[in-house]
Parts: sequence; C-alpha cells; structure tokens
Amino acid sequence: MSRIKGCFAQLKEQHKKALIPYVAAGDPNPDITVDLMHAMVASGADIIELGVPFSDPMADGPVIQKASERALVYGTSLSDVLAMIKVFREQDNSTPVVLMGYLNPIEIMGYETFAKAAQDAGVDGVLTVDIPPEEADDYVPALKAHALDPIFLLSPTTTKERMRHICEYASGFIYYVSVKGVTGTSALDTSEVAQRLKIINEVTDLPVGVGFGIKNAETAAAIGKVSEAVVVGSALVNLVEQNAHDTLGNDKIIKDISQVLLSMRAALDA
Amino acid sequence: MTSDSQTEKKLSDMPDDKGHFGQYGGMFVPETLMEPLEELKQAYFNYMQDQEFLNELDNDLKNYVGRPSPLYFAERLSRELGGAKIYLKREDLNHTGAHKVNNTVGQMLLAKRMGKTRIIAETGAGQHGVATATVAARLGLECVVYMGAEDIQRQALNVYRMKLLGARVVSVESGSRTLKDALNEAMRDWVTNIDKTFYIIGTAAGPHPYPALVRDFQAIIGRETRQQIMEHEGRLPDALVACIGGGSNAIGLFYPFVDDHDVSMYGVEAAGHGLETGEHAAPLCAGKPGVLHGNRTYLMEDRHGQIIPTHSVSAGLDYPGVGPEHSWLKDIGRANYVAVTDEEALSAFHELTQVEGIMPALESSHAIAYVKKLAPTMDKEQIIVVNLSGRGDKDIHTVATIDGIEF
Repeated sequence: MSRIKGCFAQLKEQHKKALIPYVAAGDPNPDITVDLMHAMVASGADIIELGVPFSDPMADGPVIQKASERALVYGTSLSDVLAMIKVFREQDNSTPVVLMGYLNPIEIMGYETFAKAAQDAGVDGVLTVDIPPEEADDYVPALKAHALDPIFLLSPTTTKERMRHICEYASGFIYYVSVKGVTGTSALDTSEVAQRLKIINEVTDLPVGVGFGIKNAETAAAIGKVSEAVVVGSALVNLVEQNAHDTLGNDKIIKDISQVLLSMRAALDA
Repeated sequence: MTSDSQTEKKLSDMPDDKGHFGQYGGMFVPETLMEPLEELKQAYFNYMQDQEFLNELDNDLKNYVGRPSPLYFAERLSRELGGAKIYLKREDLNHTGAHKVNNTVGQMLLAKRMGKTRIIAETGAGQHGVATATVAARLGLECVVYMGAEDIQRQALNVYRMKLLGARVVSVESGSRTLKDALNEAMRDWVTNIDKTFYIIGTAAGPHPYPALVRDFQAIIGRETRQQIMEHEGRLPDALVACIGGGSNAIGLFYPFVDDHDVSMYGVEAAGHGLETGEHAAPLCAGKPGVLHGNRTYLMEDRHGQIIPTHSVSAGLDYPGVGPEHSWLKDIGRANYVAVTDEEALSAFHELTQVEGIMPALESSHAIAYVKKLAPTMDKEQIIVVNLSGRGDKDIHTVATIDGIEF
C-alpha cells in the first residue's frame, strides 16, 4: 500500500481529517527545508506538499510566486528538492510527501528519469499543475511504474463528465481547487465547496483534499467537515516571507508555521 | 520529410484535434482553464464556418484595418543588394501600425459572439496591447493590458497610447518583468475572472486553440500575398522572410504557402548580442523543447528547466518561447530558422529607411537584415517576399538613444 493510501486509511479509522501543509522547497533558503518538514510533522501535518520552484508559476498568486523567486536565488532545482526529501526520509519513513510544481523541470529531466529518482528519494505523489490528463499519456504510466501517485486537480469549472475522465488517471487523492483563481485567493464559499464535493464523491472513491483559500484554523475546520483533507499553502508561505530576510529567520519561521499548524490540527480534531 | 507524409496529409491540416503539431502545442494549463478553452475552441470552430461571422470579419478588415495591405516592389533595395527581387508586404500600413490588429479584430468578434464583457491581453512592445485597446474602445468594453515593468519603461509611448484608448495598463513586477511575465499575469487574471473575461493572446502561442486561432486570423497576410504576387509576377515567390518573436506575423505569411514546397521560408529570430553570448531571444536557433505558457515548444531554458532571461533590442521579439507550429516546421525541415543580431537589425532599420523611405519596426528590421544576406545569393529572376510586420515610429526613441541623441 502506498504511504498516501495508508495515511488516509489510518485517518479514516481514527475519524480524523488530513492536514496537508504546502511550503516551497528551498524557501527562503535551502537550509531550512528538511527541518521545517520535520517540524510540520511534529505539529500535526499528515502529508507534506513540497513546492518545486519554477521561474514561471502561472497558477500561483503573488505569495507563492515570491517563494519560488526566493528559492531560485539559491538555484534550488528539482534534483536539489529530491535530495532534500532523501535527507528527510533518513528520519521519517512514514509521512507521505507530495511534490507540487510545473511540468517543465520534469520534462527536461525526462519522465522516466524523474520518476525513478523521485521514487528513490522517497516521494509518494506528484501534482503537476499544468498537465491535464489530455497530455498525460506518457507521464502517468511513468509515475505509476515507480509507485508514485499522480495527483490531479479538479476545479469549480470541471464538468462531471471531465471529473470521471480525470479520476481514471488519478490515484492517492484528488485535489479540489476551491475557487476560480490562483493560490492565495481569499473568497472561499464553504457551502459551495460542500456541494461540489458531493458531486466529486459520486464520481470517485479517492479521498478529496481541498485547497486554495484556507487561511486559518476556522476555515480549515469548516472545510474539514466536508472533505477528507485540507491543504494550506499561502497562509504558511506568508509566514516565511515575513522572516525571509532576517538572519535568525529560519527558527522564527519554523516556530510560526508550527504554531499555525498546531491550531489547525486542534480545530480539525475538535 | 518523406513524400509519403505529404500524400497522406497536407501540412496545412495541422494541428490535430488536441492542438498538437507533431510533439508540439497541446494544452498544458491548470484544470480551471480547460473548460474555458474548450468553450473557446467550440466557438472558434463554429464561427470560422459561419458566413455571417466571416462577412463581418472581412468588412472590419477592409474598412477598419484598411486591408488589403499593399505588396510593394522594393526596387531600389533589390538593385542595391544585387540579387532577388524583393517585395515588402506592408502590414505597417494597417490601422495601429502593425499586423497585430488582424488578430485582435478577429478575437474581439469572437468575444462579442461569446457574450464576454471584459477583455484582457499581454503585451511586450505594446503593439498587441494597442491593437487590443483599439478594438476594445470600438466596442466600449473594459480592457486590461498586462505589460512587464521593464517593457513599460522601454515603450512609454505605447503605454500612453493604450491609456488614451481607455485601457488599464497593469505593470507586472514579477520574474524578469518582461513579456513572459505579462503572459503569466494575464493567465492568472483569466483563471480568476473566467466567467466574463476574454483573453486575447497576441501571438500564435499559448494553449490550444490559440496557436491555430491566431494563425488563422493572421493568415490573411499570406492569402493576400499569394493573390498579389500572382498579379505582379504571375507566379509564387521563391522565398518568404519574416521575423519571429512568438511568430504570429511569420505564421500568418507562411501558412497559406506551407503546402507549396517550392516556396522556401525563413523565420528570423533575435540573436541579440550574438547567439554565442547567450544574450539573445532565439529559442528555435539556440534553445530546446520544453513546456511553457500552455504549449510544448522550443524554449530558452537552463538545464534544470527554468526559463532564462532573453535579450533583444526589439521588445516585440524579447520572448523565451515561440509558437508551436514553428517548432514543428523547424523539426520537419519545412521552414528555416535563422537569427540576426541587434546590430544587424539596426543597420537594416537605417538602410530601409534611407533606401525606400519606409521606416520598419525594429522587429521587422530583423527580417530585412536577413534579406540583406539572402537576396545577394539568389538570381535576379527570383522573388523574395518579406513581411514588413510593423512600422518603426514606436522605436524612434530607442534608435535615437542608441545613436546618442536626446530629445
């Protein structure tokens, strides 16, 4: 059983919801990432979504764009990100790690080379924002051959027929983008999300995580009532940004992010 | 290319129904955009068969844009270069001063038919932004143009033109602050406001159906050229030459000739300070395939797949990607892609201005610069058609600065 599948099965048994934090690897510097990952697990993260920096993150709002820019100052590449995960795995062999990013770095490495390297590093799932199933005929089999779950997005504009098509390619979990917009958007309508999740659950048995627009413990708890997982990204990356230029910033970032995650964890479990 | 593939399928039949030109093109976009792109694809396929739509488009091209644009025999330039006869396709004489308006008129008609009330666009040199703001003004629609902060400085005149036309110009401060970042920002706007917004992409790139759609609106250039050269010379030209940024003016000229295998095609990229310096904007000549802005195509990228900064004296060519059809035409060997430096383009700018009394845009000057190399290698009986894609008024400030002149 894949780590992601095992994780959701265990949470279901415990009647708990998955908390999935997102941070960009190498933001604000490469030294922080592995420590931050461990700290997030200690603060209640069930799955870690690690952003792979890209020069042209067209689906991201300003907060995550800047995270990519900060990480790229150090030249954080896809290979560097895989190396970080390898180090993380030395101490944590159970928390699933999902890579989130754009296709071009994977394309340049080659799907097969990437999939093998990712499996070796201990990656569990890959969410590539700009590859719909229509373009994924080589990509999905390469991932699956290396026991990586291809995570796909569903959005408010996805028709039910398309959902069916996408879910045929997906494994691990489905990521529902709760709003039309880029990451870090504010307006999230919980009742509308609940309605959409009802339709998604008719189409697939895969667990569904909801992301885009989850700001704090309150929104996390509200979304946790209707989905199996909540993904929180920009709210955490904002905390990175606030301390990015401080020489002692790494400790502060880890502390701030841990605090937010602990509060979200408590709200989700309440 | 084998003769088999020619008999099986014409080159003009591309792309396939998923928007692929061989391995290039496609729809590499976030999920939220898939449905709006599908809607656009349906509208485009339907209206391109709809006689009423086509009549309205023809009427606008004739009476608003001022088409057909002349095909002018550049007699003195031909004589001076001492080789082939050179004809200039005068897209610089269009309303707003470049070929860009052919496409914005067409996409605006689609937007109107689709009931969209808000128009967005990206722009580099500002020509596409101006052409979009122009057609939006005509219909009284809200118009937002994204432009890199660097380009806003370089092209202040066009920024003011857009504002006069009622558009809101948004300065893009992210990334390299140029055209590619403006495109990212326009995509972000589109994904956020898809219900009422129509995104007018200015070049034959981006996710399907844009590369095909922009090409089809620009193909009027090549169709007119065919007819006009038959009137002048009674035969098709031997070579076509056009500059390539994203490649919309080039594909517009080339496309109606792709199945005429005796007509050679030359796309001219910006070699900037020289291909060997790495400071250029020539993905077809010196890049490799990758995925950016919704399509697979040749890109300027590093070994990790990050897009790298480009350089060209011409803002309109300063883009790290290129339309996917060009990538395909390159790989199958149907078109030739070459590059000329800033210096060569500037020299061509001056030469055409002085010899023919026609001041080309710096983008188009790249095409002229290559003609200066190509024409002398050809016979006097042979014919070159070069696309004079825009006029140089917008570049006077840049040229003056390079020449050390202050106003």
